[in-house]
Amino acid sequence: MANTRVAQRGLGTDGMLIALALGIGVFYWLFVAARAVDPLMSFHAYVFIIGFTAGLFGLVMYATTPPAEETGYQTAVVKAGVFASTFWGIAGFLVGVIIALQLAFPNLLYFDALGWTNFGRLRPLHTSAVIFAFGGNVLIATSFYVVQRTSRARLAGGLAPWFVFWGYNLFIVVAATGYLAGVTQSKEYAEPEWYADLWLTIVWVVYLLVFLGTIWKRKEPHIYVANWFYLSFIVTIAMLHIVNNLALPVSLTGSKSYSLFAGVQDALTQWWYGHNAVGFFLTTGFLAIMYYFIPKRAERPVYSYRLSIVHFWSLIFIYIWAGPHHLHYTALPEWAQTLGMTFSIMLWMPSWGGMINGLMTLSGAWDKLRTDPVLRMLVVSVAFYGMSTFEGPVMSVRAVNSLSHYTDWTIGHVHSGALGWVGYISFGALYCLVPWLWKRKDLYSRALVEWHFWISTLGILLYITSMWVSGIMQGLMWRAYNDFGFLEFSFVETVEAMHPYYIIRALGGSLFLIGSFIMAYNLWRTARGDLRAGEKRPVMAPQPALAE
Amino acid sequence: MLNRHELLEKHGWLLSVAILVVVAIGGVVEIAPLFYLESTIEKVEGVRPYSPLELKGRNIYIREGCYVCHSQQVRPLRDEVERYGHYSLAAESMYDHPFQWGSKRTGPDLARVGGKYSDEWHRQHMIDPRSLVPESVMPPYKFLLENQLDYEHIEADLKALRAVGVPYTDEMIENAKSDITTQLDPFADDYDAFLARYPKAQVRDFDGEPRKVTEMDALIAYMQMLGTLVDFETYQAEENYR
Repeated sequence: MANTRVAQRGLGTDGMLIALALGIGVFYWLFVAARAVDPLMSFHAYVFIIGFTAGLFGLVMYATTPPAEETGYQTAVVKAGVFASTFWGIAGFLVGVIIALQLAFPNLLYFDALGWTNFGRLRPLHTSAVIFAFGGNVLIATSFYVVQRTSRARLAGGLAPWFVFWGYNLFIVVAATGYLAGVTQSKEYAEPEWYADLWLTIVWVVYLLVFLGTIWKRKEPHIYVANWFYLSFIVTIAMLHIVNNLALPVSLTGSKSYSLFAGVQDALTQWWYGHNAVGFFLTTGFLAIMYYFIPKRAERPVYSYRLSIVHFWSLIFIYIWAGPHHLHYTALPEWAQTLGMTFSIMLWMPSWGGMINGLMTLSGAWDKLRTDPVLRMLVVSVAFYGMSTFEGPVMSVRAVNSLSHYTDWTIGHVHSGALGWVGYISFGALYCLVPWLWKRKDLYSRALVEWHFWISTLGILLYITSMWVSGIMQGLMWRAYNDFGFLEFSFVETVEAMHPYYIIRALGGSLFLIGSFIMAYNLWRTARGDLRAGEKRPVMAPQPALAE
Repeated sequence: MLNRHELLEKHGWLLSVAILVVVAIGGVVEIAPLFYLESTIEKVEGVRPYSPLELKGRNIYIREGCYVCHSQQVRPLRDEVERYGHYSLAAESMYDHPFQWGSKRTGPDLARVGGKYSDEWHRQHMIDPRSLVPESVMPPYKFLLENQLDYEHIEADLKALRAVGVPYTDEMIENAKSDITTQLDPFADDYDAFLARYPKAQVRDFDGEPRKVTEMDALIAYMQMLGTLVDFETYQAEENYR
């Protein structure tokens, strides 16, 4: 091919570096596969070899195609992110429904021969799939989109954004297959073992460089507020990820490692990480989405610049302290518990600062809630954010926590944030992005967005109300005494009492899953350029994507 | 003040550094003292590193994700102390890399489950939880009885744990492999030396299949030692208030 006259794109420095890294990686993992001390390690070595080889193959394909004009924004990687987000979202919700049904109908959904489908292995699969696979892809895709628009610059690093996208998704595949096969270090939301953690660290550093590089190239004098939030998400997650995953591998060619910390220190490090995975992955990252997509969709400026500054710095400063509220009444020294509780309550204010800034951005545009279901989804997500960031501080009070901790109340609280806030702001962003990226006049169907909105809202309500009831009830049953001063209920009686609520929860989750299928169909038809016949559509203002 | 914010808004690197400084403070203040304040871990007798078999059982507990439904942390609340036993001490998990305190009780707390049920109960409960507890929602773990325990590289595990601070002696590491079979056989030659290395360790065949060393053996050995090491008759609670 090299002798023919067809012009080829070739590989720039960026492509050469990635090819070199992947090439070294293939040899490293071949070495590991040959010397692996356990079958799980050799399995994952092959996963990495396949992933890296596919990457090299992709680079060759890229280099040998005719060059294309590289002007304007890099949108292809954002499109890939939209696809990945939708796919992982459905996968994660589906696993959630399955494990909810396992707790409701254990006789039907556990199999002696399929130990890898037991609850203990599927639950990390669910949490990682929704938080890191769905949420992470939404964050990477939207951050790549937003940083380009608000900086008026093309993504930095040439092919590096593609490395971030595929590298991150390879991490997801390694993590997910690991959970099913039994590879875990048992730290919640940080289950992947040391080699997957190292790989994610490399990908994350490149992500930070791409993001900062784009900001450095910007043609706007100021860095837009959404980018402060994205930056705090990227920087802080790097810090949390590295510290919490400090571990010593038993062998460099084995999958098992032991945490550097033990007992009480390990517990607080983990929940410092765990709570701030909520704080910086699921909050600041998605607040960045709020700060771009709500003003854009409502065609109104952000309500208060001053409030953005105040709540940004107070939010990221205070959030970090809140971890110990996961360890109330444990063997963690009481001074640390008290600090954690105090800061958790203080956290209420900056959280609501963000909510107010998001909601009040609609000043003068409230009527659009009636006509634009996408904007309604974005706004309702902010309302859910307000609700769960009020509930959180309440639950962090030691007296309340003594009842709520270890029960389903926590699960319900997490899901009002995860389904209501993170889910809806992501869906809203996806509904905005697909017409913008594929340059379509409007979504395929606004009526289907209405259906998605109402079906999943019903699902969320069933989910969180059933978990409130079951959690509070179980907490009360655990501490109930009879007239003779004995504990009234055995543990298993409290499990039995959960049964109807587990069924309602599974139903709520199923409705949410159905909603995501409706969204996927709608997005797919939109990308194809279809418009559903017979729908009344408001006159659309020109979108930034077309104005470029 | 707000005008000065412009400086951060115009310099990406400065904004990144400012963010890092602001988010580092809380963690440093809360976590770092736990490593040097002597009152963090109570002074108690009896806590020792896990025997090799118990350690293997613990790793199976982690592998199967037991911690997602079972806590190992009894809180100092009246009902919990009555239901589960003495509240948990920091010292009891001082050799736990990683900790297993858990965050949810879909099933009961296991911090003091050791000795509460017979081996045969555990075995049957793992094979089919609902055969013993009809309302249970726990998955079955019959395959643990079929899986041979892989302990070929057990010395490497002990060495790694020693490197992160668990006081395994050379003697413990040398005997690690044979200690697995010793703990399963009350008539083993090394019985006394093993108990000297791991006081209070329980020595017997745990899974009802004396000819096989299974993952069930290891897991039940771990279950049966949980919460049994500290002698609370002699524990001075008042001296350890923090």
